[in-house]
Amino acid sequence: MKKSYFGDFGGQFVPELLMPPLFELEKAIAEIVHGPEFQRRFAELLADYVGRPSPLYRCPNLSADTGLNIWLKREDLNHTGAHKINNTMGQALLARMMGKPRIIAETGAGQHGVATATAAAMMGLECVVYMGAVDVARQAHNVRRMELLGTTVVAVHTGTKTLKDATNQAFKDWIANQRTTHYCIGSVVGPHPFPTLVRDFQSVIGREARSQFAAKTGGDLPAAVVACVGGGSNAMGLFHEFVPHASVRIIGVEAAGSGEPGCYHSASLCKGTPGILHGAKTQLLQDADGQIEPSHSIAAGLDYPGTGPEHAALKASGRATYVCVNDAQAFAAFKILCRREGIIPALESSHAVAYVLDNVSAFAPGDHVIINLSGRGDKDLDIVEQLLKAEQKG
Amino acid sequence: MHAPARTSAIETAIRKANAAGRKALIPYLPCGFPDVTAFWTEIESLDKNGADVIEIGVPFSDPAADGPVIEAASQECLERGVTLAKILEGLKARKGAISAPIVLMGYLNPFHQYGFERFAADAVAAGVSGCIIPDLPMEESDEIKTIFKANGLDLIPLVGLNTSVERLRAYASDASGFAYFVSVLGTTGDREVLPEEVSAKLKVAKGIFTVPLALGFGIKSPDQLAAFAESIDAVIFGSALIRHLREGKSAASFMQRWK
Repeated sequence: MKKSYFGDFGGQFVPELLMPPLFELEKAIAEIVHGPEFQRRFAELLADYVGRPSPLYRCPNLSADTGLNIWLKREDLNHTGAHKINNTMGQALLARMMGKPRIIAETGAGQHGVATATAAAMMGLECVVYMGAVDVARQAHNVRRMELLGTTVVAVHTGTKTLKDATNQAFKDWIANQRTTHYCIGSVVGPHPFPTLVRDFQSVIGREARSQFAAKTGGDLPAAVVACVGGGSNAMGLFHEFVPHASVRIIGVEAAGSGEPGCYHSASLCKGTPGILHGAKTQLLQDADGQIEPSHSIAAGLDYPGTGPEHAALKASGRATYVCVNDAQAFAAFKILCRREGIIPALESSHAVAYVLDNVSAFAPGDHVIINLSGRGDKDLDIVEQLLKAEQKG
Repeated sequence: MHAPARTSAIETAIRKANAAGRKALIPYLPCGFPDVTAFWTEIESLDKNGADVIEIGVPFSDPAADGPVIEAASQECLERGVTLAKILEGLKARKGAISAPIVLMGYLNPFHQYGFERFAADAVAAGVSGCIIPDLPMEESDEIKTIFKANGLDLIPLVGLNTSVERLRAYASDASGFAYFVSVLGTTGDREVLPEEVSAKLKVAKGIFTVPLALGFGIKSPDQLAAFAESIDAVIFGSALIRHLREGKSAASFMQRWK
């Protein structure tokens, strides 16, 4: 197996002109990221700026309701309100130490864009974020946040005008500006070495969760770890620590969209097929001619027609299980978490919560289940308002 | 042990132009532009008006290396229902009617979905001579290269300003057809000025490749080529041709400028 692959998935399917910056990045990972200076500064930033460790919280009410021990890894309590900042602080620090004065990023809902803009402001880097024109219109608050942080947001008008098209434009910028620019990719996607780099920056989630779990329960390992999967960075961040421990069930939850037959969804692992997009071979939503299909979810952060190649490999090997949750199930779980635990979760994370609440019988009574609460729901209030209105009418 | 050297129709066509004292001309059009029927008329017109090799674009929903002109044209072609299967059918129906060798240029995923083995067989049956696949660097090309070789198809490498001598040599070691030199660190689309570095790097590449060297990405007019005349054997133009057709002008009048 080539080092750039996870099983049959991954690789470096990019124009030749992007190979030199990928080699440069690989070298920088070996020489800088794996060095003590980077690790010391990164740990300091995660503690003092991001606010880590994030709590591992046992939900007393949901646990009583279900007969399970339901734990939330509270990534929603990080600075900027989601797990995305773990990765952007790492990549921005790397850009600084590589001597790159400029970083670029793609964003869908705007969460990765805001996390990149935040890291760039803090590190004194110039920052440009590509965002589909459709997303710019529906995520106006995040556009304003990025602009306040000094970032230039470029609206992308090509293709479906969403995340995948923003990613295409970011690659083009990187080809043209590779000498000065680091591409701060937002998930465990893209060509090698990005899926590994982003996973390693996010793996702090699983490492913390494991030691917190042991400290709080005296037990060694939970029965299961559960996370939502779009590109899949919060999930890989939680899963990575537990992959070698076969007793721990690993469950990734994809977005099924409305769940109606023929509707668009974002379940590339459950319903997609292998193909090549954004530099990697992975599971994709595509038609018989190899054209990428539009995706859909009420959770903008899951709205992507591909997924990280390591997830495709974990599914193929059977080590992880991937399941689907639809918009209505996710919204129901959102409301339950608000009312029963006083936590307003992101609609993305609500998919992971929904799977556990709707499938209690898939676990043994008393099982310890860790769910990654990857982000907070403040960003979703507009769509939640619409959903509530629709419910009242219906 | 080496198999007997196969003669590449693409290389032969380029060498023939060079022997006549000129650079070979390689126009590019995405299949389905300006529309599904006019496309084939324009291809026939390019063929009759001096195209030495013709490059046909296979549209893809997510092009990561095209400039705005080609991207927009490809998008329209997709909306018109163009697929790789239909391109091959169209070529098969016209086999023998187009004298210039045909190269398909497209991103990997449509070929992957079609199946590499099945594609190679159907491409040969349709009279295709080779492919340019911009998101397939040498690290990922072993499988397709083996299949192409067995079927007598050229896999044309793309190289550029930031390609090291070591990598140029690796690409040269089993290139067939020609080598595509990308003139800018950017995406396709014509630019007013070509960077000065191009000239120096082209000389290096010329010394390494034994197949012809073609210059593309950003070629707008014949005067741009004077500086590189010694190093290149062929020139590729896409955006400039698309823009010309969008102005309502003909492929024939475009080719006039280059003869």
